Amino acid sequence: MTELAENPRYAEGIDEQIVLEHVTADEYEIILKELGRAPNLVELGIFSVMWSEHCSYKSSRIHLAKFPTKGERVIHGPGENAGVVDIGDGQAAIFKMESHNHPSFIEPYQGAATGVGGILRDVFTMGARPVALMNALRFGDPKHPKTRQLVSGVAAGIGGYGNCVGVPTVGGETNFDKGYNGNILVNAMAVGLADTDKIFTAAAREPDFPVLYVGAKTGRDGIHGATMASAEFGEGSEEKRPTVQVGDPFTEKKLIEACLELMAEDAISSIQDMGAAGLTSSSVEMASSGGLGIELDLDHVPQREEAMSAYEMMLSESQERMLIIVKPGREHVAERIFRKWDLDVAVIGKTAEHGRLVLRHKGEVVCDLPLDPIGENAPKYDRPHFPAEARARINPAQLRAPEHLGETLAQLIGTPDMASKRWIWSQYDRHVMADTAASSEDPADAAIVRVHGTNKALAITTDCTPRYCAADPFEGGKQAVAEAWRNLTAVGADPIAITDCLNFGNPERPEIMGQFVGCVEGMAKACEALSFPVVSGNVSLYNETDGRAIPPTPGVGGLGLIPDMAKRAGYGCMSEGDVLLLVGETAGALGASLYLREVEGREDGAPPKVELAAEKRNGDFVRAQIREGRTAAVHDLSDGGLACAAAEMAMASGCGTKLAYTGPVPLFAWLFGEDQARYLIAARPDAAEAMLAAAKADGVPVEVVGLAGGRFVSINGGHAVDIIRLKQAHENWMPTLMAGEPEANAAE
Amino acid sequence: MKTAVIVYPGSNCDRDAAMAIERVTGTAPAMVWHGEPSLPEGLDFIMVPGGFSYGDYLRSGAIAARSPITADLIKKAESGVPVLGVCNGFQILTETGLLPGTLMRNSGLRFVCEKAPVLVETTNSRFTRAYGESRELTIPIAHHDGNFFADDETLNRIEGEGQVAFRYANNPNGSARDIAGVTNAAGNVLGMMPHPERAVDADHGGTDGLKLFESVLGGAS
Repeated sequence: MTELAENPRYAEGIDEQIVLEHVTADEYEIILKELGRAPNLVELGIFSVMWSEHCSYKSSRIHLAKFPTKGERVIHGPGENAGVVDIGDGQAAIFKMESHNHPSFIEPYQGAATGVGGILRDVFTMGARPVALMNALRFGDPKHPKTRQLVSGVAAGIGGYGNCVGVPTVGGETNFDKGYNGNILVNAMAVGLADTDKIFTAAAREPDFPVLYVGAKTGRDGIHGATMASAEFGEGSEEKRPTVQVGDPFTEKKLIEACLELMAEDAISSIQDMGAAGLTSSSVEMASSGGLGIELDLDHVPQREEAMSAYEMMLSESQERMLIIVKPGREHVAERIFRKWDLDVAVIGKTAEHGRLVLRHKGEVVCDLPLDPIGENAPKYDRPHFPAEARARINPAQLRAPEHLGETLAQLIGTPDMASKRWIWSQYDRHVMADTAASSEDPADAAIVRVHGTNKALAITTDCTPRYCAADPFEGGKQAVAEAWRNLTAVGADPIAITDCLNFGNPERPEIMGQFVGCVEGMAKACEALSFPVVSGNVSLYNETDGRAIPPTPGVGGLGLIPDMAKRAGYGCMSEGDVLLLVGETAGALGASLYLREVEGREDGAPPKVELAAEKRNGDFVRAQIREGRTAAVHDLSDGGLACAAAEMAMASGCGTKLAYTGPVPLFAWLFGEDQARYLIAARPDAAEAMLAAAKADGVPVEVVGLAGGRFVSINGGHAVDIIRLKQAHENWMPTLMAGEPEANAAE
Repeated sequence: MKTAVIVYPGSNCDRDAAMAIERVTGTAPAMVWHGEPSLPEGLDFIMVPGGFSYGDYLRSGAIAARSPITADLIKKAESGVPVLGVCNGFQILTETGLLPGTLMRNSGLRFVCEKAPVLVETTNSRFTRAYGESRELTIPIAHHDGNFFADDETLNRIEGEGQVAFRYANNPNGSARDIAGVTNAAGNVLGMMPHPERAVDADHGGTDGLKLFESVLGGAS
């Protein structure tokens, strides 16, 4: 580095404009103070990505600290690449969810594909073999001219990557709302399995250990991807396409196998994938979390293109790369394995005592920074936040009752949020690895994946109801966690922990920050009450275009354990003569409901309140009944309430339901209200008797709401709608949408 | 019973294949890496598993068909060892010329994963003899390039010679004459797009694939 004569404000070749393309004016002052000199361009680039919202969590950190993160099954909570929980018998489940929103909007196929690749690496970096993928997708209005192309590209990208890597994509959720017209959400979740004594972490342990680069070569793709993902969209977003990374699932598959092979040897000291901000964040995080320093010689970095600068190499987000610190003298073991798999492997540096990041390129030191300000001491902001205005409750008595409730049910079951997403998930390999016991195609509230070679299974779900979060962030946050817990319970699993993916607009706007804080506090409250800690997660802010923010969408990825595969539940095995039992209390909550939006065309009202004590009590009861073998079918009640749950059970079972109104709320509110903490159970009459007795003893509200039978869903003997008709409405919506002609005003 | 599964870079149904074989034979197959010069001697059965060998680059199965181990596979197949290629394995076997036809992109142009109704076309084969009367099976499919194509003369010939082992009841990919699986003229090599190894377990994809493994693995022991 050129010796600076008298600490000028800008290093050679840098001016104020270049600085402001990287950091804010205030942040530049901090850098000058920390360094005691002006940073060069490479250093400025490193600060820029490390202090980006995406990498530093500068707006969210102080609030994320509110989450409960400990529990008797938690082995590693937030702070590692993924959360790790104990599933007994010396095994652990390792999981995380992450967003790839901004890139997927700009380039849907590659954006979604690399989202899958990135989340897989977070999981196998820790020693896990990935066993399941999930995704939570939010698109704009189905009629918006961009929606079809985005749906089609995202689905193909997720499938293209997951199918090739050979990890089943077992479930997820897809919503459509005009609030996502300018910013779609692509949240991917991966779950892996490892032995508890074979878990790898990122923190560097010892100085003078060799640092290995393995995987794909570094190119110029994805430079400044993390920075792009930390900004709003506006005019010219399409020009950001070069910041989107390009994935190669074939290389990822080889990387998984090679890493797992190396992990079986005694060679790795610590390991970290190169995700956002690539070589920069991986090297900084490894050294910084280990309290050490790191020195890299960039001449040794495998490069795909000629004449790459240090700046480009450090900021590239080329995919399928890992950084491994190996035990001295064990480099040859890694070299042998990675060569076998035709992957690049190179020693590019070593750990050091000095606590600095030192980079050499072409014989010169091109960066020499203290690590603390870049990583651990990155800026943290307590941004101003306003709470959302409380909304009035909706009184169902003041709404007009529909004339034919069966018709209303058929309408709801075919709405974008309720309709089958077969068009999407039929493009995902859901069966590879031969352990999928329930996936998107199966009538179950959570995906079920057997723990290979055992009789246990993981239950996995992703949940969030953005309507509720927009109406009341705190209740909406609680509900997202409670619904995940309920879905796991409904398949007979013990809920263990969650990962989260918090998608919001621009945190510099106090009302958006208010949504964020409200949702986080609601989630924390529910996690606490349900003993359902947060073990990993991701925050995606600035999901905003031209000042219009997405609905607040704190996605929750829940994981549970089914101790015995024989004692699991689904909702497709209801049969003639089964008694229908409703667990939980019904108040006819229609505020912010699907019914209100789709039938009344209104999106107002307070969302249903989540009573966490009732949630716990009712869920524990349902799980116990499943394990007693008393249930034939179990379904949680969510969007569309009791009627939609009954319709889904009827369609899946090929058996109708005769619902019998129990009052006291108006009939349509009884059918479509979205009160929380409720389940619908079908059981043989004697088993139903036993459950009613157990419920009475336990003080759990359970009532008989009808019988299974016939081929209609009917209410009090009327309002009948044929199951076939429901199925048509349910199955036809999405194929019809996707087959539609492009809108004339496609330029909008 | 001595069996082997070939593992190419990008194979991803190798574990599923091994589990299915072991379920029927009680013995784990040898997992043979593509870089090995040859397969073990004295094999009773070789499986070429599904996946994305070489990332499907160039053309599905094209590069694997030219991998070192494949030369030995061809030799053993020609000497009569039973060989099953599933999905990408089927694509590889057509690329080697061991099986007729080729697999093109699905007519719908999208990847298709579903539990497909599949008809057993003949039970007079070493791969299907255990099916007896059960003609319609449900077997998972999962592929992007499963659209079987051959010229009419070839199609007439393989149909005439009884080389069509399976047909789709509800053609999911545009395959000529609904063909889901074909054998070579000698009858010891079968390629199919549906995944019988994913249908050997009631907790997973059903058990309709089990009899295929029982047919080919039971008889030779």
